[in-house]
Amino acid sequence: MRKNVGLDSLERVAGNGLLHRRLFLRQGAALLGAAGATVLTARSAQAAPPDLPAWMQAPGAPMSGYGNRATYESGVQRLVNAQPGTTGSGGSRTPIESLEGIITPSSLHFERHHSGVPDIDPDQHQVLLHGLVERPLLFSMNALARYPLVSRIQFLECSGNSGGNNGAEPPQQTAGGIHGLVSCSDWTGVPLAILLEEAGVKPEGKWLLAEGADAAGMSRSVPMAKAMDDAVLALYQNGERLRPEQGYPVRLFLPGYEGNMNVKWLRRIKVTAEPTMTKDETSKYSDLQPNGRALLFTFPMDVKSVITSPSGMQKMQGPGLYQISGIAWSGFGRIRRVEVSADGGKSWGPAALDGPVLPKALVRFRMPWRWDGSPSVLQSRAIDEAGNVQPARTALLTERGTQFRYHYHAIQSWGVAAAGEVSNVYA
Amino acid sequence: MRKVSLVAMVACGSAWLCTVSGQEGPGLGVPATAEQVAGWDVSIGPDGAGLPPGSGTAAAGKTVYEAKCVACHGVDGAGRPNDQLVGGQGTLRDAAPIRTIGSYWPYATTLFDYMRRAMPYVTPHSLTADETYALTAYLLALNGVIEQSTVLNATTLPQVVMPNRGNFDSAYREPRRR
Repeated sequence: MRKNVGLDSLERVAGNGLLHRRLFLRQGAALLGAAGATVLTARSAQAAPPDLPAWMQAPGAPMSGYGNRATYESGVQRLVNAQPGTTGSGGSRTPIESLEGIITPSSLHFERHHSGVPDIDPDQHQVLLHGLVERPLLFSMNALARYPLVSRIQFLECSGNSGGNNGAEPPQQTAGGIHGLVSCSDWTGVPLAILLEEAGVKPEGKWLLAEGADAAGMSRSVPMAKAMDDAVLALYQNGERLRPEQGYPVRLFLPGYEGNMNVKWLRRIKVTAEPTMTKDETSKYSDLQPNGRALLFTFPMDVKSVITSPSGMQKMQGPGLYQISGIAWSGFGRIRRVEVSADGGKSWGPAALDGPVLPKALVRFRMPWRWDGSPSVLQSRAIDEAGNVQPARTALLTERGTQFRYHYHAIQSWGVAAAGEVSNVYA
Repeated sequence: MRKVSLVAMVACGSAWLCTVSGQEGPGLGVPATAEQVAGWDVSIGPDGAGLPPGSGTAAAGKTVYEAKCVACHGVDGAGRPNDQLVGGQGTLRDAAPIRTIGSYWPYATTLFDYMRRAMPYVTPHSLTADETYALTAYLLALNGVIEQSTVLNATTLPQVVMPNRGNFDSAYREPRRR
């Protein structure tokens, strides 16, 4: 048995107050009880006992057919940013600094649309599978729902996520404002391989074109190997049918691949010998390098992590014990390890990972930190099972230059000022 | 730079084998007729297969552009409030590169494919084939890629070589099968 010990004698694992991840596991109840008051979102209790709160003096609200969150949480919103002159093109970002665990509520899943959210009647919607196949086929939504389904918890990330951090000055925004183009859901759908086999892919069919039924006809080319591996036509998100803004009634889901390829409102799959070279995969989601050459088809999302609490625009509530909490993910598989630094990367300690640690899913990491009130720089660094290590910002920019727009995945540094303000810093 | 897990590759290999050869669906796909496929299939790849009959020149395209495109893309494709379409050649190594049709896009067929499916923003699928060829010619001529007099059609459009075509590499590698 471990004796109850004072904060000063807790096991330190890295500089500037980082404590062993066991702290919250073994002594959590007692210490968190004391530390809980310092949680950044804590509210002061106005109605302390023995006063009887109003909600105990009358019956509450009735049951409802479809639930809503507490009205007090209505401030937790996606950050919407539309392109000029449009209401439906652009994106909205998940407020990751306000969320916990690994599942993103469907209502807060990030959005990226190219011509708004279509209102699709599922009874009128079909998916055409054609091109280099023996049998061109049409699938109704009712037909698709009768196919074998698989469910997997997996992240989806826009490859433009975090891109603001390759600018000259660190954007002063929330964690969601900078990194909120990532979400994680339980996706349920039909393995695409089953449908391709039914249609009979010809040997020369090495790619496919996926096309949406939105007003942009958003389309991307996908390698056949990925389609045959783990691609699904997703019908459900977090247990219910897809939300309209996530592709109702059916979307392509390509685990670990950049978000734009996961075509929503899927209407057509054309098997081709070569990529179609659509606007989005050539002029947009390609990676311009310092030498002026550009890379096409940089599909997997790189290993990445970000501390969500404490994070940008938040304020610490005085020295004391805090739990650092964040998310990590990799398009190459499982997260093997997350390390946290409180001294700007001079020393690192291993964070606790909440299980289960799933491939191509968000994982929640946690680390106890005793902040002594001095200016500090918090960082997290993820390592995946393939051995990919999340790079420092300077290393990433040295490799890729500063003109690239996509696949920014460097370490995020949060500066904590003596007064408690948390800001985005380059360190 | 980006490593692929050996574990993941082995798992992919076995999943491929088991899904393709093993899992069976209820076979509910309904045969699509050639007519249906022709009606749905609007995508145009670099080889130009599927380009419709019709033709257009830069002069005709300028008229269409000024009626339907200029509000979002500016006079002569200068951009604002939305994407700049013209210029930027020679800037791709700069700290602030300007990516336009002329400076960046690798394939001319992409222009036809994209405009036909998605433009004008508020009235997609409203352009005729002639208008789409004409707009393509106008934007390519503004960028100095083709002559003002060039007639674009299903034969000539795929023959246009974009100036930045040689500066793209594919990062995708086929996984090794077991």
